[in-house]
Amino acid sequence: MSSPSTSTSTSSAPTSTLRGALRLVDYWATVYRRTWRGSIVSSFITPLLYVLAMGVLLGGFVEADPATLEGATSYLAFVVPGLVAATSMTTVVGEVTYPVMAMVKWNKTYFSMTATPLGVREIALAHLGFVAFRVAVTAAVFLAVTAPFGVYESAPGVLGAFAVQVLLGMAFAVPLYAFAAGLRDETAFSLVFRLGMIPMFLFSGAFFPVANLDAPLEALARATPLWHGVDLTRMLVLGVPDWSMVAVHVAYLLVLVVLGWWWAVRRLTRRMQQ
Amino acid sequence: MVVTASTGLILQRNFLAYRRVWWIFATGFLEPVFYLFSIGVGVGALISGFEVGGREIPYAEFVAPGMLAASAMNGAVLDSTFNFFFKLKYSKLFDQMLATPLTTTDIARGELAWSLLRGGVYSLGFLLVMLAMGLVSSWWAVLVLPATLLIGLAFGAVAMALTTYMRSWQDFELVTLSTLPMFLFSATFFPVTTYPGALRWVVEATPLYRGVVLCRELTTGAVSWDSAVSVVYLVAMGVAGLLVARRRLDSLLLT
Amino acid sequence: MIEARGLRKSFGGFEAVRGIDVEVRRGEAFGFLGPNGAGKSSTMRMVAAVSPVTDGRLRILGLDPAVDGPAIRARIGVCPQEDTLDTELSVRDNLYVYGRYFGMGRREVRERVGELLDFVQLTDKADARVDDLSGGMKRRLTIARSLVNSPELLLLDEPTTGLDPQARHVVWERLFRLKQQGVTLVLTTHYMDEAEQLTDRLVVMDKGLVVAEGSPLQLIREHSTREVAELRFGVAEPGAGHDRHVERVADLAERVEVLPDRLLLYTADGEETLAKVHERGLEPVATLVRRATLEDVFLRLTGRTLVD
Repeated sequence: MSSPSTSTSTSSAPTSTLRGALRLVDYWATVYRRTWRGSIVSSFITPLLYVLAMGVLLGGFVEADPATLEGATSYLAFVVPGLVAATSMTTVVGEVTYPVMAMVKWNKTYFSMTATPLGVREIALAHLGFVAFRVAVTAAVFLAVTAPFGVYESAPGVLGAFAVQVLLGMAFAVPLYAFAAGLRDETAFSLVFRLGMIPMFLFSGAFFPVANLDAPLEALARATPLWHGVDLTRMLVLGVPDWSMVAVHVAYLLVLVVLGWWWAVRRLTRRMQQ
Repeated sequence: MVVTASTGLILQRNFLAYRRVWWIFATGFLEPVFYLFSIGVGVGALISGFEVGGREIPYAEFVAPGMLAASAMNGAVLDSTFNFFFKLKYSKLFDQMLATPLTTTDIARGELAWSLLRGGVYSLGFLLVMLAMGLVSSWWAVLVLPATLLIGLAFGAVAMALTTYMRSWQDFELVTLSTLPMFLFSATFFPVTTYPGALRWVVEATPLYRGVVLCRELTTGAVSWDSAVSVVYLVAMGVAGLLVARRRLDSLLLT
Repeated sequence: MIEARGLRKSFGGFEAVRGIDVEVRRGEAFGFLGPNGAGKSSTMRMVAAVSPVTDGRLRILGLDPAVDGPAIRARIGVCPQEDTLDTELSVRDNLYVYGRYFGMGRREVRERVGELLDFVQLTDKADARVDDLSGGMKRRLTIARSLVNSPELLLLDEPTTGLDPQARHVVWERLFRLKQQGVTLVLTTHYMDEAEQLTDRLVVMDKGLVVAEGSPLQLIREHSTREVAELRFGVAEPGAGHDRHVERVADLAERVEVLPDRLLLYTADGEETLAKVHERGLEPVATLVRRATLEDVFLRLTGRTLVD
């Protein structure tokens, strides 16, 4: 039993938001060491089973015609990029719903962070940086594992698709993070899953061309961020990019990230002051 | 399963708990409907259809009973694993109930009854959607509602028994790892004849396969002695699950 | 260290802090005393530079929290009312990741964590999960965490609420050592004994205002008499009360408090008062003369009605 030394420490205020956020790397690394095993099932085994069931087995019954499959020569080639994008969505949605609620409400970890020189921006940036890391790992593994199926036509396209997954992931993660950060009661997440994520997963062009939907539903599907991500991913890996559409998709997703960030800082600031 | 007064009390407690969040109850019915429209109708447009009982049927008509059986499984498993575990370990709801004249059997029964009641409401809703879409082609379909209750009971009882062995949330990955392959591969989206010899037997031995073909035989009218095999299989599974769950709950809660 | 002038905090239409003046000097132990809802925690959150000031002037370490929040927080330690420990990390990791938030190097933090675990007597529990700790241990861990950056100013919001007597004394002893080392302590409490034990100076807050200020002794002198004579009568008949007793002793004390089973006579000399009570033929079941405490001051200033 001794008293701690009273010599001054090197404690200081961060000189920028990014530098501040980097101080949280150790925290998130500790979290990741504890949870990465759990993410294998949801972000790796689950999508792979979908590839096998839908792409390989059910795909065997689909008469493949590139004209009706947005340029894909088989249903497998059609559905794999769709599942890559859909998995990016489901991965981040899992990371910015209940875990965020835990940080602000259940464990109040964020409150212990704001008692230090770090503020809301640093905390949000670090959390979202971790989510970006999660989606990057998931996408890299998924793209690598599905490569032997032989549906990828363009190597640079696959690299581009990898970058797209991070962007798509953030386009979902940032606004949803903002929503979760200000939420009082977690039951609303059920609605996010049931009325947001699941319908998008099923109707935003991952499993079948959105052109097969009735006109109003098709317009709705095309308005979802997932459709932009699916279309972008598919064009890139199949090696048939339409650059003007690529620009539209990227711009759409970027806008979501930027607006989401603005909203996130605002909502989290308010929440932390109550 | 004997419905007693105490079962009614637990049903009433769950009813009150859900009254405030009725929309969670209401939207729970949507997931299989979304799958039906997406895979059954959307992907179905790319597939010509399958033969059931010597008759070629459209893909949506093939998938719909599969979704009905799978959602009965998913709902029951979700209630008996995650929700049950939460009440067991975190909210300590059962400890609170056992401080009253209620017994562990009452709790197991009450929770299962609630799960079945909810699953039954969802199944009925789904069946009406199928009817509206013209995906029901036989009067045998009136028996599909009890069939989904049987599926829910069988899976719910076994899942509850297994939940009593769970130590942390991490263990629940095993739940996903067993229900998801069944959901995707137990002849829900394509016929079992897709699989070669031995693999086909494995699939035919899974409980969800028994549930899926039972529902499909009922909605398409292709009922046979095989259907009776499925019924016996599911009943046996449910009884075994209930017996284990009751014994385990006694040793877990009455210490 | 802290200078507040006309400090206010409102949440929507509700004014939690209604204009207070406070000054805390380096090296002293300062207390905010008051019932629940008095505005203590709101004040502490403003001082911790996490809650914006609604109105008035506030300087912490000479800095403005609205401008230099991060720089202030780098030099202070905060022990919140509710433990905000990471329940999924080990005891050691809780301190380690927290230290990293301050921009301290990995080695520096590791050494510091060792010292702090020793200081709060949790070295044996370093690898335990937070969930497995007792309430007192969690509290000590939270205090250790608030010290990770060697703060000049330590803010403690109800440091011992909910702890058993042994655990409270351990915490007090640790805080006393910190004070001896020159760390400025600011704490809120609604325990009078805690305020008397730990603080050099304190303010009593009620309904968002400071109602008294001074050292514990000064406050007792100003707002109470030196001694209190307690007369126990047994629980009064419903309706009757102790009114008849009060009438007979009212002139013997500066002030008389009526409790269900006893009367408190505030007076300069308790023994003398007691003797007079006996002279008048009153026969209490039991009597006691004691020194006035902060509790008497507190109840006088904030009233006996329950606030919550």
